Amino acid sequence: MSQPFRLNKEGLINRNKKISFTFNGKKLFGYEGDTIASALIANGIHLVGRSFKYHRPRGFFGAGVEEPNAKLQVEFNGHSEPNVNATEMELVEGLSATSQNCWPSVNFDVGAINNFLKMFFPAGFYYKTFMWPKSFWYKIYEPFIRKAAGLGVASIEKDKERYEHKFEYCDLLVTGSGPSGLASAYAAAKNGAKVILAEDKPRFGGTLLTDDVSIDNLSGKDWAEKIITELKSMPNVTVKNRSQVFGYYDHNMLVMFERVSDHLEKKSKFTPRQRLWYIRAKETILSTGSIERPIVFGNNDTPGIFLSAAAKEYMKVYGVLVGKKPLIFTNNDSAYETALEFKKNNVEPIILDTREEHSSELIDEAKSKGIDIRFSHGVIVANGYKKVKSAKIGKLNKDKNSFEKIETVDCDCICVSGFWTPSVHLASQSGNKLKYEEKIDAFIPDKKKQHETSVGAANGSFTLEESLKHGFENGSNLSAKITETKTEISIPNVNEKKYGAHDKFWCMPLPKNENPKRFVDFQNDVSVSDIEIALREGYRSIEHVKRYTTLGMATDQGRTSNLNGLQLVSNIENKIVPEVGHTTFRPPFTPITIGTIVGREVGMEYMPTRKTPMHEWHEKNNAVFVDAGAWKRPRYYKEGNETLFEASKREAKNVRENVGICDVTTLGKIDIKGPDAAEFLNRVYTNAWMKLPIGKARYGLMLREDGIVMDDGTTTRISENHYHMTTTTAQAANVLSHLEYYLQIVWPELNVNVVSTTEQWAGAAIAGPKSRDMLSKLYPDLDVSNEALPFMGYKEAEFFGVPSRIFRISFSGELAYEINVKSDHGMFMWEKMMEVGKEFGNQPYGTEALSTLRIEMGHVAGPELDGRTIPSDVSLNGLVSKKKDFIGKNSLGREAFNVESRQKIVGLIPIDRKSSIPEGSHIVKDQNAKLPNPKLGHVSSSCWSVENNNPFSLAIMKDGKNMIGKKFFAVSPLKNKSIEVEVISSHYVDPEGKRVRS
Amino acid sequence: MLYIKCPYCGLRAQKEFSYGGDATVKRPNINEEVSSKDWDNFVYMRKSPRGKHIELWQHIAGCRQWIKVQRDTATHEIFQTAKVTEEIR
Ligand SMILES: [Zn+2]
Repeated sequence: MSQPFRLNKEGLINRNKKISFTFNGKKLFGYEGDTIASALIANGIHLVGRSFKYHRPRGFFGAGVEEPNAKLQVEFNGHSEPNVNATEMELVEGLSATSQNCWPSVNFDVGAINNFLKMFFPAGFYYKTFMWPKSFWYKIYEPFIRKAAGLGVASIEKDKERYEHKFEYCDLLVTGSGPSGLASAYAAAKNGAKVILAEDKPRFGGTLLTDDVSIDNLSGKDWAEKIITELKSMPNVTVKNRSQVFGYYDHNMLVMFERVSDHLEKKSKFTPRQRLWYIRAKETILSTGSIERPIVFGNNDTPGIFLSAAAKEYMKVYGVLVGKKPLIFTNNDSAYETALEFKKNNVEPIILDTREEHSSELIDEAKSKGIDIRFSHGVIVANGYKKVKSAKIGKLNKDKNSFEKIETVDCDCICVSGFWTPSVHLASQSGNKLKYEEKIDAFIPDKKKQHETSVGAANGSFTLEESLKHGFENGSNLSAKITETKTEISIPNVNEKKYGAHDKFWCMPLPKNENPKRFVDFQNDVSVSDIEIALREGYRSIEHVKRYTTLGMATDQGRTSNLNGLQLVSNIENKIVPEVGHTTFRPPFTPITIGTIVGREVGMEYMPTRKTPMHEWHEKNNAVFVDAGAWKRPRYYKEGNETLFEASKREAKNVRENVGICDVTTLGKIDIKGPDAAEFLNRVYTNAWMKLPIGKARYGLMLREDGIVMDDGTTTRISENHYHMTTTTAQAANVLSHLEYYLQIVWPELNVNVVSTTEQWAGAAIAGPKSRDMLSKLYPDLDVSNEALPFMGYKEAEFFGVPSRIFRISFSGELAYEINVKSDHGMFMWEKMMEVGKEFGNQPYGTEALSTLRIEMGHVAGPELDGRTIPSDVSLNGLVSKKKDFIGKNSLGREAFNVESRQKIVGLIPIDRKSSIPEGSHIVKDQNAKLPNPKLGHVSSSCWSVENNNPFSLAIMKDGKNMIGKKFFAVSPLKNKSIEVEVISSHYVDPEGKRVRS
Repeated sequence: MLYIKCPYCGLRAQKEFSYGGDATVKRPNINEEVSSKDWDNFVYMRKSPRGKHIELWQHIAGCRQWIKVQRDTATHEIFQTAKVTEEIR
């Protein structure tokens, strides 16, 4: 099992540990420390995928985050993940990787016919082609696009992995551990600042790992290791590898994606797979480095074509050769380092330099080592379909637009360098408007908008000396402002090679009559001609060109294509790049998993579950629960094979005939105290509150300032300055905020305090004609007669030895009471009630029966108080005082609220007395009328009236009161039902309200 | 995510707060006559400035106090926060 492209010694991989994996079913091996990419290249494999639009063969182009092509479907640790970047994913035992976007195989791809039909796929292809006829869209166009396009396949299995979120605060966050990042972190740490240093790759050091430099007589790599070791030992420093800071948000909030355990073979049960860090940093150092830019030439997407720095990284970090017959194609000196590295490993490169013959430290060294250098030369077109075999190269004339000589040379890889582009994504996200730096032909950060400082290559300084100096200075100054400590650090001596000037040359011209594709954006298959078409068709704004051609979109975000695209536009338009501008950089910088975004908020942890103290009893007694906000409430208690309908009917009927108990703990409860409490309630509620005696409850209605009903409930005067307010379950939090708003902002002169006591009290309603008999057994020493405890009365008494509150209030319309005890006593109360109630035929009832009872009584609730109704709409105008002012009163005078035909609440019964009316049905005059059929109202609540044994509904209907006695249709297209109904009063049972007072 | 300085609790994450609208709106006095126009202005009419805006936030997951925040609606920069009883220049 030899690896034909693995060097014998070089690299930072662990050669003592072999790792086996498969690629497209083929068994291979690599070493610990390899990425999927380095292991495949070591095995001589370059063809890994097919391109997005044309299905052209594609190989590796980069060695890290900049990779546009090599996205694989990867299965490991029991899950399958699409679009994994092969240049970043570390090899783990048993990993299995497959190519995406090809069918039936990467070697023979049917979709590659697109390449030969390329006149169909120019810029704007999707916009132009799939426009008409409309009927073709679903059947032909969409399935075609879906099959031809798209990247990997998302798993449909449940993700069993654990993901976490972490919140962190620091003085200085350093994003990137290259020379400038290390220097910044070190200086800040020495000043005592709390520092987080984040590195995207598994290894710290950035370019120090691959550049031939020395710092204080140590190699770059050894110096990085020394600094990292010292940083790790400091308690005020957190050092994180495999961690990508991908987003810069408001107020110096940065978000980081940590790959915690994807590289581990075994991990403990609670180790998360990935972790999302929300970091609030006082200052941020952006030491994100730079990404090499390609030069555009014909068939520049052929497998075997690499960025030159990537080729060097494969040799120096992974001990892997990207080829044995390399062509180095460059417009600057940095690629000479790659050539020298090849030479060191006994591979003979040819350098094609677009610049005219000249000399520099690196050129002289290459010359002295006998490397074949051809000045004024470049690659015109690469030959070879699935792998580079040769290249047509040309000697450029002085105008650099025509050729003096063209020849073909054999090669098995082309390493291309078109100079460097600072990674300004984070700076741009922070709000920094970038500026164009002529000297490096790229954008760098301009004036800061937040607390961010870019250093090193990210700021356009490409020498080690400058990067270190910037790093130390900024790290020290920024942290000293926070810690007020300044430790002197001497800037180390640096030994590096001096680069000559680069050539402003980005795109190879083509000889006459030759027209190979020249790609600008590999991931989105955008070529030079696509950009030309877009401009020819009138697109001018770079944002429009981007959308029309898809340049710089998707996961790649134009990392290697942005500037070449801009250069092209600027050349064609005869503008300078800064006038063309740049597109917006958006987070995330690199793709992150959905699992990480979601974190632990899945399943049971999606939101908190609120359970009443009696929850366990309900569970044991076959309650079927319903969600009421975060609360779980029994909807009904199932007996035998009962359906919801049967059970709720039984429960409701039992309340009407005997007695039932209902868990009402979830109602909002607010304690109101203070000498001005009565005055406050008088302003909050529509009805009068100044004369409520101690020991009495009152039903109250609250409005918003616009006159719409906000909530209803009862409030009881417990003592002189102490009231107990109840709200609906749904509005509890809103009502509390509402009360606080008026007390804190509008009427701070009122001496009143409010606090939520919802969770302090457990509540149970006892309802039904036999409830008083049952109550007298629960309180044998208490006089519970109608005289002693009348409707809306209140008493405090001991409930079998525990303190309790008794309210005579009713939601069901029956004679009813509500008992509150402290939450800890809730279960005790409930079990006692079940025990004592037996002889009266007591049964528990759930929310469904509760709804039935209130609907047939015509009591309004959430569905009627839906944010659109005023008191008179729902027959509650009797509660609106004409004498005093209150919140929302002035709005009730609005014209629209007082027209005769305004919506009003009514009751509906089906003519056949059998058909249930679906909630949400529209009320219309003629069920067969032409659409849009004029809507007269809607059905808000429906039930089966247990009193009358037929369906009954509440509806909000235009001119409702005048419609009583008339017939209409309730239509529900959703349920495909149309039911003839008669309008009746909304009070279907006991309209005089005798029972509650009995 | 904004970082808001509650005058009672200090710097806290935006998640702890809920937004409460324009802080410069004054409710007409209770029990006093108010013209329909003034009332409608109070209930419905709000400016939506680009730039500095004084607004109300409530520290719902903290001290539950309503507070004033002066914020730039375009950049989200927060210039000043104050108790509702205090003035923001
Ligand atoms: Zn607070």
